[in-house]
Amino acid sequence: MSDEENLTRHAPLSLSAVGGRFAVIGGVLFTSALAFAYAGGWLTPDRLTPTRMVAALSDRGGNPLGHRRNHSKGICFTGVLEANGAASQYSVAPMLVAGRYPVVGRFAIAVGNPDASDIMGRVKSMAVRIVSPNGQEWRSGMNNSPVFVVSNPRDFYELTLAQDIDPATGKPDPGAMNRFSATHPDSAPFAEWSQTAPWTTSWADQAYNSLNAFRFIDGGGASHLVRWSMEPTVSPTPVPHAVLASMGPDFLGHDLVRRLSDGPLTWRLVVTFAEPGDPSNDATKAWPSDRKRVDVGTLIVQKAEAEADGPCRDFNYDPTILPTGITVSDDPLLAARSAAYARSFDLRTAEAADYPYTPRPAGDRP
Amino acid sequence: MRTERDGFSGLQRVLHWLMAIMVLTMLFIGVSMVSTLKPRFLTLITIHKPLGIAILALAALRLAVRLRLGAPPLPDDLPRIQALAAKLSHFMLYALLMAMPLVGWGMLSAGGYPVVLYGSLHLPEILPHDDQLHAILRTTHTVLAYVFFTTILLHVAAALFHALIRRDGVFRAMAGIGPRNQ
Repeated sequence: MSDEENLTRHAPLSLSAVGGRFAVIGGVLFTSALAFAYAGGWLTPDRLTPTRMVAALSDRGGNPLGHRRNHSKGICFTGVLEANGAASQYSVAPMLVAGRYPVVGRFAIAVGNPDASDIMGRVKSMAVRIVSPNGQEWRSGMNNSPVFVVSNPRDFYELTLAQDIDPATGKPDPGAMNRFSATHPDSAPFAEWSQTAPWTTSWADQAYNSLNAFRFIDGGGASHLVRWSMEPTVSPTPVPHAVLASMGPDFLGHDLVRRLSDGPLTWRLVVTFAEPGDPSNDATKAWPSDRKRVDVGTLIVQKAEAEADGPCRDFNYDPTILPTGITVSDDPLLAARSAAYARSFDLRTAEAADYPYTPRPAGDRP
Repeated sequence: MRTERDGFSGLQRVLHWLMAIMVLTMLFIGVSMVSTLKPRFLTLITIHKPLGIAILALAALRLAVRLRLGAPPLPDDLPRIQALAAKLSHFMLYALLMAMPLVGWGMLSAGGYPVVLYGSLHLPEILPHDDQLHAILRTTHTVLAYVFFTTILLHVAAALFHALIRRDGVFRAMAGIGPRNQ
């Protein structure tokens, strides 16, 4: 039986009716494909996507292939969070209950070039991954600046472009940063810190701040707006910038390893509670210094390992990976960090050949 | 003149249309979330993971139902090439329904991410933490998403071809409305 015979059993369609019906089918497909393309951003090339953001971050000198596209130079550490239980009345997070929880972390400097000299590390950072016995995780990436430089991803993108290497000169455009500062007055508190904070030769003597706000959720379901900091127990030793220049490119890693050979380093984990009116969505603004601060535990850093074979290498320190009892705030940087970190992680895990592991006997790699 | 075929069972129709909505939602969420830095990124990815696992569970149920109840026969007069295309695309759709969530789950496992469904409800890792495995699965997840969307478009086109041009009852077998076979 042919097609035509079958079709004739219904009232036959005229040629134009068949054409019209095919047009309907075509229209459905076209509209669906168009909607999909719109959702994926292909119709709006101006959209700031993780791909564009990370491409801009990847263009700040050196060869970032295989590496994190920001905070590209760093070193792994392992240790323990010793929670004292003081936070338990504010958050049901399992790793804030009094006890000891394993930590895999990373110290880094906020550069795009994984081979940068440590003197480029105006902003130093600490990332942690704290795991509770029931497998929940608290990941956090913290900087030593008291505030962040911008409040939203668009501004961060523009800042990154201002730092991109000009292929003609091999350096960033010297006027670009000034133009950025002039047009972004909310970056002034960061700039003030950047120009006045003393330089030191160590990751160990720095405080690391969450910068973004988060919410602690207590046992009754009430939410508390917080920021947290890792406060050093080593007092900082300021060093003139000119002296740093004579110290070689890797003085931070050498300092860390030397200090840890004498014993563990510790930080106090301090949680700051907002008062009504304190901004939850603007990381460029510090909260007033009289806010309630609760010491909730001690981070004990025991061992440092080179990143290439270290335990932090293959973790994405996405600050939105949080346990029950901690949630994100409405700070727009958090979603942007999560999305961009994922893109960076996706790229670098596909580039292992560009950042080889140290050859070891087969099967010995963790 | 033949009597109308029975069509798919009620359970199969419910599963089909429910999963159609879920899968299309999933594909649009996926393609949106990887292209934005806005706060909706977090909302979308929070939906994406449990929705994917729900699709995996329903796909397993649906496959079992399909193997038990089968599908109504295609019209006798359907050209062989079209019958082959129907069988192949249905096989692809079933394979993708199972593969997409598993690849996503495996990709998170290999990336060292916790696989959070809701709150403290986590799924176990199904693969070791391994960057190269993550890279392969991450790419696979994207490629399969485009293959999936394309296959769905072809499936929709074929369904509408049956409903509007051939009017042979194939559309009605799943939709419950549309031209009867005559």
